[in-house]
Amino acid sequence: MEVLVCVKRVPMVGGRIVVTADGQDVDTRMSGFTVSPHEECAVEEAVRLVERFGGRVTVLTLGPPAAADQLRDMLALGASRAVLLESDGREWGPIATAGAIVDAMRGAASAPSAPAAPAPSAPAAPAPSAPAAPAASAPPAPAAPAASAPPAPGCPYDLLLFGNEAADTGDYQVGVRVAHALGLPCVTGIKNLEVADDGASARARREYRGTEEVFDIPLPAVVSVKEGINLPRYPSLPGRLRAKRATIEQQVPPWHPEGLRKEGLRVPAGESKRAEILGHGADAVPALVALLNEFGVLS
Amino acid sequence: MRVLCLIEADSGGVADVSLRALTFARSLADAQTAAGAVPVAGRESWLHEKAPSGVPNGATTPPGSGAGAAGEADGTDGAGEVIAVVFGGADAVPVGELSAYGVSDAYAIESPHLGGYAPQAWARALAGLAAELPAGAVVAAGTDHGGEVMAHVGAITGLPVVANCVSAGPAGAGTLRLVRQRWAGSLLEDAVLEASPALLTVAVDAVAPAEADAPVATTVQSYRPEFADADLVVRAAESAERSTGVSLATARVVVGGGRGVGGPDGFRVLEELAGLLGGVLGVSRVVTSEGWRPHKQQVGQTGTRISPELYLACGISGAIQHMAGCQSAKHIVAVNTDPDAPIIGHADYAVIGDLNQVIPALIAAIRARRAGA
Repeated sequence: MEVLVCVKRVPMVGGRIVVTADGQDVDTRMSGFTVSPHEECAVEEAVRLVERFGGRVTVLTLGPPAAADQLRDMLALGASRAVLLESDGREWGPIATAGAIVDAMRGAASAPSAPAAPAPSAPAAPAPSAPAAPAASAPPAPAAPAASAPPAPGCPYDLLLFGNEAADTGDYQVGVRVAHALGLPCVTGIKNLEVADDGASARARREYRGTEEVFDIPLPAVVSVKEGINLPRYPSLPGRLRAKRATIEQQVPPWHPEGLRKEGLRVPAGESKRAEILGHGADAVPALVALLNEFGVLS
Repeated sequence: MRVLCLIEADSGGVADVSLRALTFARSLADAQTAAGAVPVAGRESWLHEKAPSGVPNGATTPPGSGAGAAGEADGTDGAGEVIAVVFGGADAVPVGELSAYGVSDAYAIESPHLGGYAPQAWARALAGLAAELPAGAVVAAGTDHGGEVMAHVGAITGLPVVANCVSAGPAGAGTLRLVRQRWAGSLLEDAVLEASPALLTVAVDAVAPAEADAPVATTVQSYRPEFADADLVVRAAESAERSTGVSLATARVVVGGGRGVGGPDGFRVLEELAGLLGGVLGVSRVVTSEGWRPHKQQVGQTGTRISPELYLACGISGAIQHMAGCQSAKHIVAVNTDPDAPIIGHADYAVIGDLNQVIPALIAAIRARRAGA
């Protein structure tokens, strides 16, 4: 089973978000970067499927050269192959992002596995001739991979996984746009995914306002998942070492404007209040009880 | 402006999230284009710019050709009109509520092919209706359904979709100035949208539902869309299982536990307190990432959004990701050993101390009070 997982590099924000002086970006001088939480679960889901069916997990991101770090994190979790669509640091909208992903997939279909030079930021650059070595980095496959349905014409993957929404922009649409461009069915917000033994269909579930919704879909398909679909594993030491050495395939897609123009970012007003301190330790309990009574939650 | 609004129904009629979306739609419809506004330069060039290959271009987009003509042609000019779109039979349209919220026309989308929720089919119907009317904007609540359907509308039309808007108003023909949430509301973006129709979802916690000054007579019509086979591949079957008991999303009291709880065993005392208060346990992301509690109990950007009367956050530092899920709580009380934890900057009240001392003492005090009463 060939699974593509698309991830996005986002700032790791802790207790508060600071905007840069020009108001255009989140100030990341003091923060690290990560992939959006839903996407880490998407990679875990993909790795589990490949452990069951055989095949490969390809992880793809569109971002600055430093996004290679996030691809290596995902390789360490068990992805086999990594593709970086390199941006120039500008923010890409969902239409342009989906277009670049589709173009990269079509390119991959016509000219498979042509590894480019590793990212400039890659800590341990392998020799330029080093192949991506997907088989070596894939977890051991079960005895006989189950048969899987042939991908749709023009689609080199059996399953395309996305996070339901990026942690930063929260646009909720790249996966849907990719599905439309490829003519694939698409389900979003999925918290449980069961792929049939023949690899030709899947049952996807999510909860919506207290009711469980069940979708039966043919594969290939686009599925966007939410955190909670699984509990991602910690990367193993061999996984980390393999990821460090892996070659990341690179392309530089063209940027497109798309009708929504960001003017600036700001922190909502009223964010900087300070709690009234009721007291310290168990001594504060009488004041706390009085407060709960005032809120009407003690009756 | 003529604004189309997707209505989600629940057992009580129009879902609360859709009442908020209707309120947003009405304010957008009634907003007047700024006096003397001219079409924004570059709009036309954008409209005819080639979309990246593989993504359909805006086939239904009318060419922008001067303020008046563009306004008439694409529904962005003229008197404000809110048009509701309801999936189901005309007899099921909640006319009373729609009327109170200022809806002039309601379209019941009927099709023998539609049983329940089908995101791409719903989007096809919405896009078709928006083109036929035509509408200047299409609005839905920023829920899993609303966001998903609008993403499909965006993909079908090749137009941008702006997710989680807080406010929007016209800034010229075919141009909106808007504010939307990022980081689940921890950050706001000011932006300009040049696209017609404008495709927007409304942040679920940003707009309070408000009826129109006076009810409007609502005309109900049926709309029978044409579907391609591909539109009907994805259809939801509702499982018979409905969650029972008090749900995290709707609980009146939530007792929260974070890293400060210390491990999987420490939640028993918080559950006991939640039980006493008729509430439920909620936890922070680190707790579910560590596997201490199931993910369905997570409060936050990647978990459940809560809006209780009281959120008692114990041993929770108050990361952005967590606060995004509880900012709609009416009262937040924190119990934390660190007086400088970020949660102290978000909470209304705080007890500085170890939850393992404070919470058992609180439970004892509540029990004593009830025994004495």
